[in-house]
Amino acid sequence: MSAPPVKSNTRQEHRLHPLPVRVMHWTNAVAIFIMIGSGWKIYNDDALFGFLHFPDAIVIGKWAQYGLQWHFFGMWIFVINGLAYLIYGIATGRFRQKLFPLSLREILATVGDALRFRLAHEDLTHYNAVQKILYLGIVAVGVLIVISGFALWKPVQFSELASLFGSFQTIRLVHFLCMAAIVGFLLIHVTLALLVPKSLVAMLTGGPAVDDKPAAADAAAEATP
Amino acid sequence: MPRPKQLPDAVNIMFRTRTPSLFRPQKPIDQRVLTQHRALVDDINRRGVLRGAISLGALTLLSGCDVSEEEPVQKALRAVSAWNDRVQAAIFRPDHLAPTFSAARVVKPPRFNAYYDIEDVKPVNGATWKLELAGRIDDKRPWTAQQLYALPEQEIIIRHICVEGWDYIGQWSGVNLKSFLQRVGADLTAKYVYFHCADDYTESIDMAAALHPQTILATRYANEPIADPFGYPLRLRTATKLGYKNAKWIKAIEVTNSFTETFWSKQGFNWFAGI
Repeated sequence: MSAPPVKSNTRQEHRLHPLPVRVMHWTNAVAIFIMIGSGWKIYNDDALFGFLHFPDAIVIGKWAQYGLQWHFFGMWIFVINGLAYLIYGIATGRFRQKLFPLSLREILATVGDALRFRLAHEDLTHYNAVQKILYLGIVAVGVLIVISGFALWKPVQFSELASLFGSFQTIRLVHFLCMAAIVGFLLIHVTLALLVPKSLVAMLTGGPAVDDKPAAADAAAEATP
Repeated sequence: MPRPKQLPDAVNIMFRTRTPSLFRPQKPIDQRVLTQHRALVDDINRRGVLRGAISLGALTLLSGCDVSEEEPVQKALRAVSAWNDRVQAAIFRPDHLAPTFSAARVVKPPRFNAYYDIEDVKPVNGATWKLELAGRIDDKRPWTAQQLYALPEQEIIIRHICVEGWDYIGQWSGVNLKSFLQRVGADLTAKYVYFHCADDYTESIDMAAALHPQTILATRYANEPIADPFGYPLRLRTATKLGYKNAKWIKAIEVTNSFTETFWSKQGFNWFAGI
Protein backbone atom coordinates (compact mmCIF):
# COMPACT_ATOMS: atom_id res chain seq x y z
CA MET A 1 0.00 0.00 0.00
CA SER A 2 2.59 2.56 -0.99
CA ALA A 3 1.31 5.95 -2.01
CA PRO A 4 2.58 7.61 -5.19
CA PRO A 5 5.53 9.75 -4.16
CA VAL A 6 4.71 13.38 -3.52
CA LYS A 7 7.62 15.36 -4.90
CA SER A 8 7.00 18.67 -3.15
CA ASN A 9 4.65 20.27 -0.66
CA THR A 10 2.58 21.77 -3.45
CA ARG A 11 0.27 19.02 -4.59
CA GLN A 12 0.70 18.11 -8.21
CA GLU A 13 -2.43 18.49 -10.22
CA HIS A 14 -3.35 15.70 -12.63
CA ARG A 15 -5.99 15.31 -15.19
CA LEU A 16 -8.69 12.70 -14.59
CA HIS A 17 -7.37 10.82 -17.63
CA PRO A 18 -3.63 11.42 -17.90
CA LEU A 19 -2.21 11.56 -21.41
CA PRO A 20 -0.88 7.95 -21.41
CA VAL A 21 -4.36 6.68 -20.53
CA ARG A 22 -5.94 8.65 -23.34
CA VAL A 23 -3.38 7.52 -25.88
CA MET A 24 -3.78 3.89 -24.81
CA HIS A 25 -7.58 4.18 -24.78
CA TRP A 26 -7.82 5.37 -28.38
CA THR A 27 -5.06 3.04 -29.57
CA ASN A 28 -7.08 0.24 -28.02
CA ALA A 29 -10.23 1.51 -29.72
CA VAL A 30 -8.52 1.23 -33.13
CA ALA A 31 -7.07 -2.20 -32.29
CA ILE A 32 -10.45 -3.52 -31.08
CA PHE A 33 -12.11 -2.22 -34.25
CA ILE A 34 -9.55 -4.06 -36.42
CA MET A 35 -9.66 -7.24 -34.35
CA ILE A 36 -13.46 -7.52 -34.23
CA GLY A 37 -14.03 -6.63 -37.89
CA SER A 38 -11.34 -9.00 -39.16
CA GLY A 39 -12.31 -11.65 -36.61
CA TRP A 40 -15.84 -11.64 -38.02
CA LYS A 41 -14.42 -12.19 -41.51
CA ILE A 42 -12.36 -15.14 -40.27
CA TYR A 43 -15.37 -16.51 -38.37
CA ASN A 44 -17.49 -16.47 -41.55
CA ASP A 45 -15.22 -19.02 -43.26
CA ASP A 46 -16.32 -21.70 -40.86
CA ALA A 47 -19.22 -20.48 -38.74
CA LEU A 48 -19.47 -21.83 -35.21
CA PHE A 49 -23.22 -21.23 -35.29
CA GLY A 50 -25.13 -22.06 -38.44
CA PHE A 51 -27.52 -19.17 -37.89
CA LEU A 52 -24.80 -16.56 -37.51
CA HIS A 53 -22.89 -15.04 -40.40
CA PHE A 54 -21.55 -11.51 -40.26
CA PRO A 55 -22.65 -9.46 -43.28
CA ASP A 56 -19.90 -8.50 -45.72
CA ALA A 57 -20.66 -4.84 -45.10
CA ILE A 58 -19.47 -4.98 -41.49
CA VAL A 59 -16.43 -7.23 -41.78
CA ILE A 60 -12.85 -6.13 -42.48
CA GLY A 61 -11.23 -7.70 -45.54
CA LYS A 62 -13.01 -8.65 -48.72
CA TRP A 63 -11.24 -12.00 -48.92
CA ALA A 64 -10.26 -14.43 -46.20
CA GLN A 65 -6.55 -13.65 -46.52
CA TYR A 66 -7.19 -9.94 -45.95
CA GLY A 67 -9.20 -10.68 -42.82
CA LEU A 68 -6.33 -12.84 -41.59
CA GLN A 69 -3.73 -10.20 -42.49
CA TRP A 70 -5.62 -7.53 -40.54
CA HIS A 71 -6.15 -9.84 -37.56
CA PHE A 72 -2.47 -10.80 -37.32
CA PHE A 73 -1.49 -7.15 -37.69
CA GLY A 74 -4.04 -5.86 -35.17
CA MET A 75 -2.99 -8.44 -32.60
CA TRP A 76 0.36 -6.70 -32.15
CA ILE A 77 -1.29 -3.37 -31.43
CA PHE A 78 -3.88 -4.94 -29.13
CA VAL A 79 -1.40 -7.05 -27.16
CA ILE A 80 1.41 -4.47 -26.85
CA ASN A 81 -0.99 -1.66 -26.00
CA GLY A 82 -2.89 -3.89 -23.58
CA LEU A 83 0.31 -4.92 -21.82
CA ALA A 84 1.39 -1.29 -21.54
CA TYR A 85 -2.03 -0.45 -20.06
CA LEU A 86 -1.84 -3.25 -17.49
CA ILE A 87 1.70 -2.31 -16.45
CA TYR A 88 0.76 1.38 -16.26
CA GLY A 89 -2.42 0.68 -14.30
CA ILE A 90 -0.63 -1.47 -11.77
CA ALA A 91 2.59 0.55 -11.52
CA THR A 92 0.90 3.94 -11.03
CA GLY A 93 -1.72 2.55 -8.65
CA ARG A 94 -4.46 3.72 -10.98
CA PHE A 95 -6.27 0.37 -10.92
CA ARG A 96 -6.17 0.24 -7.13
CA GLN A 97 -7.33 3.81 -6.88
CA LYS A 98 -10.09 3.67 -9.48
CA LEU A 99 -11.40 0.13 -9.27
CA PHE A 100 -10.98 -0.80 -5.60
CA PRO A 101 -12.25 -1.32 -2.99
CA LEU A 102 -15.24 -3.16 -4.31
CA SER A 103 -17.87 -4.07 -1.73
CA LEU A 104 -20.95 -6.20 -2.26
CA ARG A 105 -23.04 -3.59 -0.41
CA GLU A 106 -21.89 -0.90 -2.82
CA ILE A 107 -22.58 -3.12 -5.82
CA LEU A 108 -26.15 -3.87 -4.69
CA ALA A 109 -26.80 -0.21 -3.91
CA THR A 110 -25.53 0.92 -7.33
CA VAL A 111 -27.50 -1.74 -9.18
CA GLY A 112 -30.60 -0.58 -7.27
CA ASP A 113 -29.89 3.02 -8.22
CA ALA A 114 -29.33 2.05 -11.83
CA LEU A 115 -32.63 0.20 -12.00
CA ARG A 116 -34.38 3.32 -10.67
CA PHE A 117 -32.44 5.50 -13.14
CA ARG A 118 -30.81 7.34 -10.28
CA LEU A 119 -27.19 6.81 -11.24
CA ALA A 120 -25.23 9.96 -10.69
CA HIS A 121 -22.64 10.95 -13.28
CA GLU A 122 -21.90 14.43 -11.98
CA ASP A 123 -18.61 13.24 -10.57
CA LEU A 124 -16.59 11.74 -13.42
CA THR A 125 -13.67 11.13 -11.09
CA HIS A 126 -15.52 8.48 -9.14
CA TYR A 127 -16.52 5.14 -10.57
CA ASN A 128 -19.63 3.53 -9.12
CA ALA A 129 -19.63 -0.17 -8.31
CA VAL A 130 -21.22 -1.20 -11.59
CA GLN A 131 -18.58 0.70 -13.52
CA LYS A 132 -15.87 -0.88 -11.40
CA ILE A 133 -17.19 -4.38 -12.13
CA LEU A 134 -17.58 -3.66 -15.84
CA TYR A 135 -14.07 -2.25 -16.14
CA LEU A 136 -12.52 -5.07 -14.11
CA GLY A 137 -14.54 -7.62 -16.07
CA ILE A 138 -13.58 -6.21 -19.45
CA VAL A 139 -9.90 -6.22 -18.51
CA ALA A 140 -10.26 -9.89 -17.52
CA VAL A 141 -12.04 -10.63 -20.83
CA GLY A 142 -9.25 -8.81 -22.66
CA VAL A 143 -6.69 -11.06 -20.99
CA LEU A 144 -8.73 -14.19 -21.78
CA ILE A 145 -9.24 -13.26 -25.44
CA VAL A 146 -5.46 -12.90 -25.80
CA ILE A 147 -4.78 -16.21 -24.04
CA SER A 148 -7.38 -18.05 -26.14
CA GLY A 149 -5.98 -16.27 -29.20
CA PHE A 150 -2.52 -17.61 -28.45
CA ALA A 151 -3.98 -21.11 -28.07
CA LEU A 152 -5.80 -20.77 -31.42
CA TRP A 153 -2.77 -19.42 -33.21
CA LYS A 154 -0.33 -22.00 -31.82
CA PRO A 155 -2.23 -25.07 -30.58
CA VAL A 156 0.89 -27.18 -31.15
CA GLN A 157 3.69 -24.85 -30.01
CA PHE A 158 1.58 -23.87 -26.99
CA SER A 159 -0.09 -27.27 -26.66
CA GLU A 160 0.16 -27.09 -22.87
CA LEU A 161 -1.96 -23.94 -22.95
CA ALA A 162 -4.32 -25.26 -25.64
CA SER A 163 -4.97 -28.45 -23.70
CA LEU A 164 -6.40 -26.39 -20.82
CA PHE A 165 -9.34 -25.52 -23.05
CA GLY A 166 -10.09 -29.04 -24.25
CA SER A 167 -10.77 -29.32 -27.97
CA PHE A 168 -9.70 -26.87 -30.67
CA GLN A 169 -13.31 -25.89 -31.26
CA THR A 170 -13.65 -25.05 -27.55
CA ILE A 171 -10.78 -22.57 -27.91
CA ARG A 172 -12.62 -21.02 -30.85
CA LEU A 173 -15.79 -20.84 -28.78
CA VAL A 174 -14.02 -19.16 -25.83
CA HIS A 175 -12.37 -16.69 -28.22
CA PHE A 176 -15.77 -16.01 -29.80
CA LEU A 177 -17.56 -15.55 -26.45
CA CYS A 178 -14.86 -13.11 -25.31
CA MET A 179 -15.52 -11.14 -28.50
CA ALA A 180 -19.26 -11.22 -27.76
CA ALA A 181 -18.59 -9.94 -24.24
CA ILE A 182 -16.46 -7.11 -25.61
CA VAL A 183 -19.16 -6.20 -28.14
CA GLY A 184 -21.73 -6.22 -25.32
CA PHE A 185 -19.47 -4.02 -23.21
CA LEU A 186 -18.93 -1.65 -26.12
CA LEU A 187 -22.67 -1.23 -26.65
CA ILE A 188 -23.10 -0.12 -23.02
CA HIS A 189 -19.82 1.81 -22.92
CA VAL A 190 -20.45 3.80 -26.10
CA THR A 191 -24.14 4.39 -25.28
CA LEU A 192 -23.28 5.77 -21.85
CA ALA A 193 -20.44 7.87 -23.24
CA LEU A 194 -22.89 9.42 -25.69
CA LEU A 195 -25.53 9.93 -22.97
CA VAL A 196 -22.96 11.68 -20.78
CA PRO A 197 -20.99 13.60 -23.41
CA LYS A 198 -18.61 15.17 -20.91
CA SER A 199 -17.21 11.70 -20.24
CA LEU A 200 -16.40 11.37 -23.94
CA VAL A 201 -14.85 14.87 -23.98
CA ALA A 202 -12.81 13.96 -20.90
CA MET A 203 -11.27 11.00 -22.73
CA LEU A 204 -10.12 13.44 -25.42
CA THR A 205 -9.04 16.46 -23.37
CA GLY A 206 -8.09 14.75 -20.15
CA GLY A 207 -11.11 15.94 -18.15
CA PRO A 208 -11.16 17.83 -14.88
CA ALA A 209 -8.07 18.24 -12.77
CA VAL A 210 -7.86 15.85 -9.86
CA ASP A 211 -5.68 15.87 -6.80
CA ASP A 212 -2.79 13.52 -6.81
CA LYS A 213 -4.00 12.02 -3.59
CA PRO A 214 -2.84 8.69 -2.26
CA ALA A 215 -5.04 5.71 -2.98
CA ALA A 216 -5.53 5.01 0.71
CA ALA A 217 -6.89 8.50 1.37
CA ASP A 218 -9.13 8.15 -1.63
CA ALA A 219 -10.48 4.87 -0.37
CA ALA A 220 -11.06 6.36 3.07
CA ALA A 221 -12.94 9.26 1.51
CA GLU A 222 -15.14 6.85 -0.40
CA ALA A 223 -15.97 4.92 2.71
CA THR A 224 -17.41 8.06 4.31
CA PRO A 225 -21.04 8.44 3.30
CA MET B 1 5.99 -6.73 -53.98
CA PRO B 2 3.44 -7.51 -56.73
CA ARG B 3 -0.22 -6.80 -56.25
CA PRO B 4 -2.10 -9.84 -54.99
CA LYS B 5 -3.30 -11.99 -57.81
CA GLN B 6 -6.97 -12.49 -57.29
CA LEU B 7 -8.52 -15.90 -57.62
CA PRO B 8 -11.92 -15.11 -56.18
CA ASP B 9 -13.54 -18.24 -57.57
CA ALA B 10 -10.86 -20.44 -56.12
CA VAL B 11 -11.22 -18.71 -52.78
CA ASN B 12 -14.98 -19.03 -52.85
CA ILE B 13 -14.79 -22.69 -53.70
CA MET B 14 -12.34 -23.28 -50.90
CA PHE B 15 -14.75 -21.90 -48.36
CA ARG B 16 -17.87 -23.65 -49.55
CA THR B 17 -19.25 -26.56 -47.64
CA ARG B 18 -17.89 -29.79 -49.03
CA THR B 19 -20.04 -32.16 -51.05
CA PRO B 20 -19.66 -35.93 -50.99
CA SER B 21 -17.15 -37.48 -53.37
CA LEU B 22 -18.21 -37.20 -57.00
CA PHE B 23 -15.63 -37.43 -59.68
CA ARG B 24 -15.51 -35.48 -62.86
CA PRO B 25 -17.60 -37.25 -65.51
CA GLN B 26 -15.37 -39.29 -67.78
CA LYS B 27 -17.31 -38.44 -70.96
CA PRO B 28 -16.29 -35.20 -72.71
CA ILE B 29 -18.89 -32.45 -73.06
CA ASP B 30 -21.22 -32.95 -76.03
CA GLN B 31 -20.24 -30.36 -78.67
CA ARG B 32 -23.32 -30.83 -80.89
CA VAL B 33 -25.46 -28.33 -79.00
CA LEU B 34 -22.83 -25.66 -79.57
CA THR B 35 -22.44 -26.29 -83.29
CA GLN B 36 -26.22 -26.41 -83.80
CA HIS B 37 -26.66 -23.03 -82.15
CA ARG B 38 -23.51 -21.38 -83.50
CA ALA B 39 -25.53 -18.57 -85.15
CA LEU B 40 -27.31 -17.73 -81.92
CA VAL B 41 -24.06 -17.74 -79.95
CA ASP B 42 -22.47 -15.35 -82.47
CA ASP B 43 -25.54 -13.13 -82.26
CA ILE B 44 -25.26 -12.95 -78.50
CA ASN B 45 -21.62 -11.94 -78.85
CA ARG B 46 -22.56 -9.23 -81.35
CA ARG B 47 -24.99 -7.73 -78.92
CA GLY B 48 -22.06 -6.92 -76.70
CA VAL B 49 -23.35 -8.95 -73.81
CA LEU B 50 -19.79 -9.72 -72.89
CA ARG B 51 -18.82 -6.07 -72.85
CA GLY B 52 -21.81 -5.29 -70.70
CA ALA B 53 -20.93 -8.06 -68.29
CA ILE B 54 -17.39 -6.74 -67.99
CA SER B 55 -18.64 -3.23 -67.22
CA LEU B 56 -21.03 -4.65 -64.63
CA GLY B 57 -18.18 -6.60 -63.09
CA ALA B 58 -16.07 -3.46 -62.91
CA LEU B 59 -18.97 -1.67 -61.21
CA THR B 60 -19.32 -4.31 -58.50
CA LEU B 61 -15.57 -4.11 -57.96
CA LEU B 62 -15.86 -0.37 -57.48
CA SER B 63 -18.73 -0.57 -55.02
CA GLY B 64 -17.19 -3.45 -53.12
CA CYS B 65 -13.81 -1.79 -52.86
CA ASP B 66 -11.65 -2.85 -49.98
CA VAL B 67 -8.90 -0.74 -48.52
CA SER B 68 -6.85 -3.94 -47.99
CA GLU B 69 -6.36 -4.15 -51.75
CA GLU B 70 -4.79 -0.70 -52.00
CA GLU B 71 -1.15 -1.19 -52.87
CA PRO B 72 0.45 0.59 -49.86
CA VAL B 73 -1.97 -1.09 -47.45
CA GLN B 74 -1.43 -4.54 -48.92
CA LYS B 75 2.32 -3.94 -48.92
CA ALA B 76 2.23 -3.03 -45.23
CA LEU B 77 0.00 -5.96 -44.30
CA ARG B 78 2.29 -8.37 -46.15
CA ALA B 79 5.31 -6.88 -44.42
CA VAL B 80 3.64 -7.65 -41.08
CA SER B 81 2.84 -11.16 -42.34
CA ALA B 82 6.53 -11.64 -43.25
CA TRP B 83 7.49 -10.38 -39.79
CA ASN B 84 5.02 -12.91 -38.34
CA ASP B 85 6.84 -15.63 -40.33
CA ARG B 86 10.03 -14.74 -38.45
CA VAL B 87 8.27 -14.64 -35.09
CA GLN B 88 6.74 -18.07 -35.73
CA ALA B 89 10.12 -19.51 -36.74
CA ALA B 90 11.62 -18.08 -33.54
CA ILE B 91 9.02 -19.65 -31.25
CA PHE B 92 9.04 -23.00 -33.09
CA ARG B 93 10.05 -25.86 -30.77
CA PRO B 94 11.83 -28.45 -32.98
CA ASP B 95 11.44 -31.34 -30.54
CA HIS B 96 8.04 -30.46 -29.12
CA LEU B 97 5.49 -33.05 -30.19
CA ALA B 98 1.96 -32.19 -31.24
CA PRO B 99 -0.79 -33.97 -29.30
CA THR B 100 -1.67 -37.39 -30.73
CA PHE B 101 -4.96 -39.23 -30.43
CA SER B 102 -6.45 -42.70 -30.26
CA ALA B 103 -7.47 -44.50 -33.46
CA ALA B 104 -11.08 -44.40 -32.25
CA ARG B 105 -11.20 -40.64 -32.90
CA VAL B 106 -10.04 -40.85 -36.51
CA VAL B 107 -12.47 -39.35 -39.02
CA LYS B 108 -12.99 -41.49 -42.14
CA PRO B 109 -12.66 -40.40 -44.85
CA PRO B 110 -10.57 -37.31 -44.13
CA ARG B 111 -12.06 -33.93 -44.94
CA PHE B 112 -11.39 -32.75 -48.47
CA ASN B 113 -9.89 -29.37 -49.22
CA ALA B 114 -8.20 -27.87 -52.25
CA TYR B 115 -8.51 -24.74 -54.37
CA TYR B 116 -11.25 -26.51 -56.34
CA ASP B 117 -14.14 -28.85 -55.61
CA ILE B 118 -13.74 -32.55 -54.97
CA GLU B 119 -15.44 -33.47 -58.28
CA ASP B 120 -12.65 -31.65 -60.11
CA VAL B 121 -9.91 -33.81 -58.63
CA LYS B 122 -7.80 -35.37 -61.38
CA PRO B 123 -6.57 -38.70 -60.01
CA VAL B 124 -2.87 -39.46 -60.42
CA ASN B 125 -1.98 -42.76 -62.06
CA GLY B 126 0.15 -44.51 -59.47
CA ALA B 127 1.55 -46.98 -62.02
CA THR B 128 3.25 -44.33 -64.14
CA TRP B 129 3.75 -41.68 -61.43
CA LYS B 130 7.26 -40.85 -60.31
CA LEU B 131 8.56 -38.62 -57.56
CA GLU B 132 11.20 -36.26 -58.95
CA LEU B 133 13.90 -34.80 -56.73
CA ALA B 134 15.58 -31.46 -57.31
CA GLY B 135 17.84 -28.88 -55.75
CA ARG B 136 20.33 -29.57 -53.00
CA ILE B 137 19.97 -33.36 -53.08
CA ASP B 138 22.81 -35.79 -53.87
CA ASP B 139 20.82 -38.69 -55.25
CA LYS B 140 18.20 -37.25 -57.59
CA ARG B 141 17.03 -40.56 -59.02
CA PRO B 142 13.22 -40.50 -59.25
CA TRP B 143 11.13 -42.77 -57.04
CA THR B 144 8.26 -44.98 -58.12
CA ALA B 145 5.21 -45.43 -55.92
CA GLN B 146 6.21 -49.03 -55.36
CA GLN B 147 9.65 -48.01 -54.05
CA LEU B 148 8.19 -45.35 -51.79
CA TYR B 149 5.51 -47.63 -50.40
CA ALA B 150 8.24 -50.13 -49.50
CA LEU B 151 10.03 -47.66 -47.20
CA PRO B 152 9.65 -48.02 -43.41
CA GLU B 153 6.45 -46.34 -42.30
CA GLN B 154 5.70 -44.06 -39.42
CA GLU B 155 2.10 -43.57 -38.26
CA ILE B 156 0.82 -40.33 -36.75
CA ILE B 157 -2.71 -39.68 -35.48
CA ILE B 158 -2.84 -35.92 -35.36
CA ARG B 159 -5.21 -32.99 -35.60
CA HIS B 160 -5.58 -31.32 -38.96
CA ILE B 161 -6.37 -27.64 -38.54
CA CYS B 162 -7.58 -25.60 -41.48
CA VAL B 163 -6.98 -21.85 -41.65
CA GLU B 164 -10.77 -21.54 -42.00
CA GLY B 165 -11.26 -22.84 -38.47
CA TRP B 166 -12.36 -26.47 -38.83
CA ASP B 167 -10.37 -29.44 -37.64
CA TYR B 168 -10.45 -33.24 -37.56
CA ILE B 169 -8.30 -36.10 -36.31
CA GLY B 170 -6.54 -38.05 -39.05
CA GLN B 171 -4.41 -41.20 -39.10
CA TRP B 172 -1.54 -40.90 -41.54
CA SER B 173 1.32 -43.28 -42.36
CA GLY B 174 4.35 -42.98 -44.56
CA VAL B 175 8.06 -42.40 -44.52
CA ASN B 176 9.38 -39.81 -42.11
CA LEU B 177 10.43 -36.79 -44.18
CA LYS B 178 13.68 -36.29 -42.29
CA SER B 179 14.76 -39.90 -42.83
CA PHE B 180 13.75 -39.67 -46.49
CA LEU B 181 15.79 -36.50 -46.95
CA GLN B 182 18.76 -38.18 -45.25
CA ARG B 183 18.33 -41.25 -47.46
CA VAL B 184 18.56 -39.21 -50.66
CA GLY B 185 21.43 -37.10 -49.35
CA ALA B 186 19.60 -33.80 -49.07
CA ASP B 187 21.34 -30.75 -47.64
CA LEU B 188 19.62 -30.54 -44.26
CA THR B 189 21.12 -27.13 -43.64
CA ALA B 190 19.21 -25.67 -46.60
CA LYS B 191 16.36 -23.31 -45.76
CA TYR B 192 13.33 -24.69 -47.57
CA VAL B 193 11.70 -27.85 -48.86
CA TYR B 194 9.41 -27.21 -51.82
CA PHE B 195 6.63 -29.44 -53.07
CA HIS B 196 5.41 -29.32 -56.65
CA CYS B 197 2.08 -31.00 -57.15
CA ALA B 198 0.22 -32.69 -60.00
CA ASP B 199 -2.54 -30.06 -59.82
CA ASP B 200 0.01 -27.21 -60.23
CA TYR B 201 -0.26 -26.46 -56.53
CA THR B 202 3.00 -25.41 -54.89
CA GLU B 203 3.85 -25.35 -51.22
CA SER B 204 7.01 -25.05 -49.19
CA ILE B 205 7.99 -25.44 -45.59
CA ASP B 206 11.01 -24.31 -43.59
CA MET B 207 13.68 -26.93 -42.94
CA ALA B 208 12.96 -26.97 -39.18
CA ALA B 209 9.38 -28.10 -39.88
CA ALA B 210 10.61 -30.59 -42.50
CA LEU B 211 12.89 -32.20 -39.90
CA HIS B 212 10.22 -32.29 -37.18
CA PRO B 213 9.60 -35.85 -35.94
CA GLN B 214 5.90 -35.59 -36.90
CA THR B 215 6.44 -34.61 -40.53
CA ILE B 216 5.92 -37.47 -42.98
CA LEU B 217 5.42 -38.16 -46.66
CA ALA B 218 2.08 -39.87 -46.22
CA THR B 219 1.08 -42.82 -48.38
CA ARG B 220 -1.71 -44.27 -46.23
CA TYR B 221 -4.75 -43.01 -44.37
CA ALA B 222 -6.29 -45.21 -41.67
CA ASN B 223 -4.10 -48.10 -42.90
CA GLU B 224 -5.40 -47.91 -46.48
CA PRO B 225 -3.60 -46.28 -49.42
CA ILE B 226 -4.62 -42.61 -49.50
CA ALA B 227 -7.69 -42.16 -51.71
CA ASP B 228 -7.45 -39.98 -54.82
CA PRO B 229 -9.07 -36.81 -53.43
CA PHE B 230 -6.69 -36.76 -50.49
CA GLY B 231 -3.41 -36.91 -52.38
CA TYR B 232 -2.74 -40.38 -53.81
CA PRO B 233 -0.02 -41.52 -54.21
CA LEU B 234 1.98 -39.11 -52.04
CA ARG B 235 1.22 -36.13 -49.86
CA LEU B 236 2.80 -34.22 -47.02
CA ARG B 237 1.45 -34.45 -43.49
CA THR B 238 3.05 -32.32 -40.84
CA ALA B 239 1.69 -31.79 -37.35
CA THR B 240 3.16 -28.31 -37.10
CA LYS B 241 1.46 -26.50 -39.98
CA LEU B 242 -2.01 -25.43 -41.06
CA GLY B 243 -3.82 -27.65 -43.54
CA TYR B 244 -2.89 -25.78 -46.70
CA LYS B 245 0.84 -26.37 -46.15
CA ASN B 246 0.27 -30.13 -46.54
CA ALA B 247 0.78 -30.52 -50.28
CA LYS B 248 -1.15 -33.33 -51.99
CA TRP B 249 -0.37 -35.31 -55.18
CA ILE B 250 3.32 -34.41 -54.80
CA LYS B 251 5.28 -34.96 -58.00
CA ALA B 252 8.55 -33.26 -57.11
CA ILE B 253 10.46 -32.33 -53.96
CA GLU B 254 13.05 -29.59 -54.10
CA VAL B 255 15.51 -28.63 -51.37
CA THR B 256 16.67 -25.06 -51.79
CA ASN B 257 17.89 -21.88 -50.15
CA SER B 258 15.92 -19.54 -52.37
CA PHE B 259 12.44 -18.46 -51.43
CA THR B 260 9.63 -18.37 -53.97
CA GLU B 261 6.04 -17.52 -53.11
CA THR B 262 3.72 -20.51 -53.05
CA PHE B 263 0.14 -21.03 -54.22
CA TRP B 264 -1.60 -19.41 -51.23
CA SER B 265 1.18 -17.08 -50.08
CA LYS B 266 1.03 -15.39 -53.51
CA GLN B 267 -2.54 -14.50 -52.67
CA GLY B 268 -1.70 -13.08 -49.29
CA PHE B 269 -2.05 -16.03 -46.95
CA ASN B 270 0.69 -16.33 -44.35
CA TRP B 271 3.60 -18.38 -45.69
CA PHE B 272 4.91 -19.91 -42.43
CA ALA B 273 1.41 -20.98 -41.30
CA GLY B 274 2.71 -22.74 -38.19
CA ILE B 275 0.41 -24.04 -35.51
